[in-house]
Amino acid sequence: MNVTAVIELYVFVLAGFVGFLVITRVPPLLHTPLMSATNAISAISLVGSLVAAGADRNTVSTILGFIAVTSATINAVGGFIITDRMLKMFRHDPKVTEAKK
Amino acid sequence: MTRELFIQATYLVASVLFILGLRSLTKTDSARRGMQQAALGMVVAVVGTLLHHEIVRYEWIVAGLIIGSIIGYPLGVYVPMTAMPQRIAISHVFGALAATLVGVAEYYTLLHDGTIIEPAKMAALGFEVLFGALTVTGSFMAFGKLQEFITGRPVTYAGQNMMNLGIFAAALGCFGWLLVHPEQQAVFYVMLGLAFVFGILLVLPIGGADMPVVISLMNSYAGLASSATGFAIGNNVLIIAGALDGASGFILSIIMSKAMNRSFGNILFGAFGSAPAAGAAKTAEGLTVQPISVEDAALRLAYARLVIVVPGYGLAVAQAQHQVRELAELIEKNGGEVKYAIHPVAGRMPGHMNVLLAEANIPYDKLKDMEEINHEFQNCDVALIIGANDVVNPAARNDKSSPIYGMPIIDADKAHSVIVMKRSMNPGFAGIENELFYLPKTSLLFGDAKTSLTRLVAEVKNN
Repeated sequence: MNVTAVIELYVFVLAGFVGFLVITRVPPLLHTPLMSATNAISAISLVGSLVAAGADRNTVSTILGFIAVTSATINAVGGFIITDRMLKMFRHDPKVTEAKK
Repeated sequence: MTRELFIQATYLVASVLFILGLRSLTKTDSARRGMQQAALGMVVAVVGTLLHHEIVRYEWIVAGLIIGSIIGYPLGVYVPMTAMPQRIAISHVFGALAATLVGVAEYYTLLHDGTIIEPAKMAALGFEVLFGALTVTGSFMAFGKLQEFITGRPVTYAGQNMMNLGIFAAALGCFGWLLVHPEQQAVFYVMLGLAFVFGILLVLPIGGADMPVVISLMNSYAGLASSATGFAIGNNVLIIAGALDGASGFILSIIMSKAMNRSFGNILFGAFGSAPAAGAAKTAEGLTVQPISVEDAALRLAYARLVIVVPGYGLAVAQAQHQVRELAELIEKNGGEVKYAIHPVAGRMPGHMNVLLAEANIPYDKLKDMEEINHEFQNCDVALIIGANDVVNPAARNDKSSPIYGMPIIDADKAHSVIVMKRSMNPGFAGIENELFYLPKTSLLFGDAKTSLTRLVAEVKNN
């Protein structure tokens, strides 16, 4: 156990807390978009796969990295598009908005 | 050095944008913009990574990015809202696969170069590969069950739980062994294989109606696998994104299990709905239902002041959400009011009914959560139940022997009258009789939900 690992653990725990606090406030209405959004965000594993695919360390790493880049890109591209598509559908009732005014 | 600083800066920007993006989802109005910023964060992080000093050749990277975009784009643009649960399940497969493969590549490279793997690093790699691999196959099974090329019924056999626990224990054993002897490749690949098998066996006995919990749980595991990747390669943005994903999936699983009044363990190992316990649930013997004609149902709806629609998975199967909206518009034209009561586990994933109805252009102000709307049923003239069953079964309230006893339900039975749209008198997924269907105030409209609704719309128009 070195210092870097401890700092990483800090980051993990604090990010987990932030996630917990933020996500408990997401209304059930948006639970499906939430799921596709977290999916898209976790495609950030691209940062790992890009290095594996491009560092030219050995053939195995390059090939596995290439497949990983492909899968992660599918999620990044498809995930953000579909989240946006869903969020675009949620619309206010014009009558309700007028009543509030 | 400056280059390294720049890369870290892009990761910091990405992390902040991700958190802000998720925060924007707490308000419907800001959600879209926030998620677009999160997407920008992703682009920034990818650009930063491409400058990484270790990256020396770009052909495989470019190929992966292009192929991934070509597959990902149609998965984002063309998948219908009714297929959203499958879509999410398959994306967990891709996400977890990426994490797993990065872990395997990292392990292979370290051994290949003769580097000594420290226990902390091995622990990260182990978690990454374990969670990743079981999520890949587990989510694929969930995808298969939702897409219906694998039976949605629970598959059970004698000694199943013992066998699953045995396999999981063996995988953990390999993991423990690797912490001490990280150089023993065979053990690593056996662990990988066991995790793949465990994922299949874990989801095999879980029925279709429990899929909201499975999908949420897989969401959480995919996140934890990403986080572990971050630990393995020392990357903070991965740790953060993975932790957010893990927390989200975990919270959703808890909400889902609460809404079913069941524990995680019960869902994972209980094989709910495989065989109704003999004599436990009430049977329908001696009870009769009252069918209603489309004409009579239309008349009742046309003159109702408050109609509450209770949608369930059957609505998604029949793809009848647009017909629901048409009917609702007609009722509103006649001076009535229409609201929608959404149970947390209606459908096959969290929030499934909401996206479906939003797709049909129904304003979200009318989509009400269970707790929000239950007190309104006493003023409701007609509760219109479309393809929902267990979530409106009063047995959950008053029949202690029922398997769903204690589950919070939508109080449709408190409405002045109830119209149930149903294909046939087959009991619901859990194989439990629903006494709501036999109440004097309940009428049944038999037939496919879409056809019935289309005919109802035509009838109400004529009135």
